[in-house]
Amino acid sequence: MFREPWEAQAFAMALALHARGLFTWNEWAAALADEIKRAQAAGDADTGETYYRHWLATLERLIAAKGVTTSETLNRYRDAWDHAADRTPHGSPIELKAEDFAVP
Amino acid sequence: MTGHDHDHHHHHDHDHSELSETELRVRALETILTEKGYVDPLALGLLIETYETKVGPRNGARVVARAWTDPAYRARLLKDATPAIAELGYAGRQGEHIVALENTPALHNMVVCTLCSCYPWPVLGLPPVWYKSAPYRSKAVKDPRGVLKDFGFELPAETNIRVWDSTAEIRYLVLPMRPAGTDGWSEQRLEALVTRDSMIGTGLPKQPHEVA
Repeated sequence: MFREPWEAQAFAMALALHARGLFTWNEWAAALADEIKRAQAAGDADTGETYYRHWLATLERLIAAKGVTTSETLNRYRDAWDHAADRTPHGSPIELKAEDFAVP
Repeated sequence: MTGHDHDHHHHHDHDHSELSETELRVRALETILTEKGYVDPLALGLLIETYETKVGPRNGARVVARAWTDPAYRARLLKDATPAIAELGYAGRQGEHIVALENTPALHNMVVCTLCSCYPWPVLGLPPVWYKSAPYRSKAVKDPRGVLKDFGFELPAETNIRVWDSTAEIRYLVLPMRPAGTDGWSEQRLEALVTRDSMIGTGLPKQPHEVA
């Protein structure tokens, strides 16, 4: 059902945010449909394989629109996780530390 | 500071971990949402476990088999599917308003979500890849008979096909016709005939000889 763990994580986060009342399913479905259209226009074959990518992009867009966070913050955390992965020996769990944010 | 080598991205050794671009974005999102108290990683884990192990088309198969064997249940299901489905213990997200569509010799129902992928999670689990694909979403409306052919079966010419477009508010469950030659079968035995695709309308239930 989920081909990779991240798909499940993205799926569950949307459910949790909906449960918190951050958006309605109508809003979600409209935003997701919009994202899929955008991806199609950008050349995505939209075969269903990329579905959870659209799901993730919808999530990022919606929480920014709702003022939960900004794309700058998302990027900063993305880079910090990248740094955390780099300093973690292969096979060990990757944990985010304060120091990961210190690297530009 | 860590005294980290800033050229680390140019190393090609594999003694450190790698996260894909998508994984990095998902982790960033989860960390931010957790820090802000919007999500709880443990609760997310439980949610995922539920969908991976407890929610799936076997739920829908139970509903269909019950409707095949219990006329009163069938009537309740067709009148108002959500409470009828809840009688069997299936309720929840994306199942708040489910409509059951009865297939007959004259009418075959088929479900699609043209805009995205709305789907009745409590009874069918999460949608298969093809359901989410653009070819299915567009062709189901334009050429349903062609879609059924793609799925490997043809309906008699006199059977009308009706395509239902799901929305965020209404989800559909197709009630397929009970296969001939199953008189006297128990509900449990009938369940094995009910396929996921037969409840989307892109397939038919298995025939008795197909299950041992």
